[in-house]
Amino acid sequence: MLAWLTDPLASPVIQRALAETLLLAVACGPLGVWILLYRDAYAAESLSHGMLPGLVLAALAGAPLVLGATAGVLVAAAGIALVGRDARLGSEIGVAVVVSSLLGLGAILALAPETPPRLAELLFGDLLGVDATDLAVAGVLAVAVALALAGAYRPLVLTGFDRGSARALGAVPLRWELALLVLLGATTVAAVQGLGNLLLLALILAPGAAALRVCRRLSAALALAAALAALAGILGLLLSYHLEIAAGAAVALSAVGIALVSVPLGGRPAH
Amino acid sequence: MSGLRVSGLSGGYVPGADALRDVAFTAGPGQIVGILGPNGGGKTTLFRALLGELPVRRGEIGLPGPPAYVPQTERARLDFPVSALDVALMGAYARTPWYRRVARADRERAGEALARVGLAEAAGSTFGTLSGGQRQRVLIARALVQDAEVLLLDEPLSGVDGVSGARIEAVFAELRGEGRTLLVATHDVRQAAGWDRVLCLHRRQIDYGAPAAVLSPETLRETYGGELIVLPGGAHAVGVGHHHH
Repeated sequence: MLAWLTDPLASPVIQRALAETLLLAVACGPLGVWILLYRDAYAAESLSHGMLPGLVLAALAGAPLVLGATAGVLVAAAGIALVGRDARLGSEIGVAVVVSSLLGLGAILALAPETPPRLAELLFGDLLGVDATDLAVAGVLAVAVALALAGAYRPLVLTGFDRGSARALGAVPLRWELALLVLLGATTVAAVQGLGNLLLLALILAPGAAALRVCRRLSAALALAAALAALAGILGLLLSYHLEIAAGAAVALSAVGIALVSVPLGGRPAH
Repeated sequence: MSGLRVSGLSGGYVPGADALRDVAFTAGPGQIVGILGPNGGGKTTLFRALLGELPVRRGEIGLPGPPAYVPQTERARLDFPVSALDVALMGAYARTPWYRRVARADRERAGEALARVGLAEAAGSTFGTLSGGQRQRVLIARALVQDAEVLLLDEPLSGVDGVSGARIEAVFAELRGEGRTLLVATHDVRQAAGWDRVLCLHRRQIDYGAPAAVLSPETLRETYGGELIVLPGGAHAVGVGHHHH
């Protein structure tokens, strides 16, 4: 049993993958709690899917994926913001249109003959292909996001709990709603290398959903979400190693599995 | 303490369309002002203006400091994982630097504020599991922690149970005794008649002054328009309508 747990750690590839997921967990878990409380899950999904063209273009140009991801997130966010202003469409339809267009554009680019055959890696990540530089970039971003979330705890509470009174209590709501989306963008960029733009959402939303079901206090939910995200990372890598399945997918499935286990435990409604 | 001074106040949410105009009144320390008016009459707009949150605003507002605001209870999220004590503590957030914990004195103040509204026992209860009246009292406790000279309360007595209503009125009396100024939006004319001043709004200021001078059937008719029911005797006029929006 102990060997089942420790054997995989002998491999430097697994060591880096583990470090990457644990660092991401520190940001993704708490971020997910906030995203769910702010009812931003749809925006989160949209941002991460909408950045595909940026990723593909970076792959085409041989540029670092982080640059492509950043550009892709910015373009997706700008597109969502612009289309969302059209009252005839409404923001949800606007988001759907933008995201479908960007995902389609990304697919066309990815399937072009000139593109290196990396579409699967972009969509599903390559946790086992993480090198030291990737790890450093993801680590800095993830730790920065976690620290920012901790520092912004009180204004985020004021805005999320009672938006209409937030200003009188010292927080400008629009500023913190935008800040949360910026942190979401940063986390998306940090996580895309390892988990891909389809799977990273699982590590953000599933631990948060589980923690919110089980916890009655916000501080406990934030801590538990980070712990559950880390657990999903460890479990996923173990399953991936022993069952020889894709690492990113195994982590995502573990996160969702943990969320499903929490359903009968909690008295609180899922968000 | 200098109370509240408003002159020539007009404004609204978009340029060129005033939701409220020509408001001018002063309220001294230790006065409770009942604000009457129909739905959409400008009560919440006046509060937004006093909070400095109205997008379009003309006129002068003199305040002794930032006012505390108590929203209608249904504006706060019920699915948010916070306890009654957590909510009361939010009143101290504005004076807590982001890198510090909330001060011990403020934690004690939050506990005392909950005790004042009769909810010491419920401090650890999740906000969303409390009754409407209890939630309203928690939001008032939050305003007590803010320790503001001027408090703006948006229909704090609408739809609350009798125990909560009595407790809230008792706290109002204490705050008046401390020399604070309370602006209380209400639909209950009889309640407002028991306070120090009455402000009647219908997209503009209809009247302001002592209840005995202001609460005439004519003024109430002008304030409420078609929404008013005058019961026999005239003194028991009751505004109809429940909540904004």
